[in-house]
Amino acid sequence: MTEIYELIFEIGLMHYLIVSGSVFGLGTAIALGKRSAIAVLMGIELMLNGSILALLAFSRFPQNTSGDAGLVDGHVFVVFILSVAAAEAAVALALSVLVYRKRETVDLDRINLMRW
Amino acid sequence: MDSPGIVIAFYMMAGLVLGSGTLVFLARNLLHALAFLVISFLSMAGLFLTLSADFIAMAQILIYAGSISVLMVFAVMLTPLASRDNGNTIYVLPGLLAAGGIATFVGFLALDTSWSGPATDFTTTIDLIGNLLLGKYVLAFEIASVLLLFALVGAIMLVQTSSSDHEEGEGG
Repeated sequence: MTEIYELIFEIGLMHYLIVSGSVFGLGTAIALGKRSAIAVLMGIELMLNGSILALLAFSRFPQNTSGDAGLVDGHVFVVFILSVAAAEAAVALALSVLVYRKRETVDLDRINLMRW
Repeated sequence: MDSPGIVIAFYMMAGLVLGSGTLVFLARNLLHALAFLVISFLSMAGLFLTLSADFIAMAQILIYAGSISVLMVFAVMLTPLASRDNGNTIYVLPGLLAAGGIATFVGFLALDTSWSGPATDFTTTIDLIGNLLLGKYVLAFEIASVLLLFALVGAIMLVQTSSSDHEEGEGG
């Protein structure tokens, strides 16, 4: 009984990792299953957010304190992920606007220029 | 980590992240999905605050909930004749299977491992992050800045309407 109590009310690394994996899986489902290119981008951003949550959780609950890795290295990685995500979103949305000018749609099923 | 406020905040924020993420999948209109995505980003920033990552939480609010969502609204508004239907393709079933596989795999991994280590409490992380960014990771920092510059210049070059006299046959 007390084990279940600790499992629920002692918030640890495990809880954050479960939320992170669920958010990553949700992003995968959106990125694979949606028809609009902008919705696919939303899924990719959700996947990046899930991985950011895992990095911050491992930075909060460090598993290897004997090495020379600092405590906030995960935060620095997250800063790089944020900047790369911003660059990726800008380029991908510009590409979707460009495709829209050619085809008047951003429907990924109907963009079949390279199909033979 | 024992104070009840943190526990309540964690479960509220985790429920908001997963619930609004599910609504991104289920919403019929693309703009409604975008609004739920913003709610998901904001509650993810709340989760970062429970991890005592104050700088990253503020950056998440500014960059994700602020600029990236505004970029997506721009992309929806700049494609006015395209369908705003948030429909599914035939790959939705493999996607859902992959999502369930990933979530259960990570969940079993997290439950099965005996995690050690005490929680480290930061009073503030901004000075530590700044020292690392300009010290240990300065090369990656410069490369990231160059990448951002090239990406933004490339995005502007892609979407500019070519004027007819001196940029004939390029892009457009």
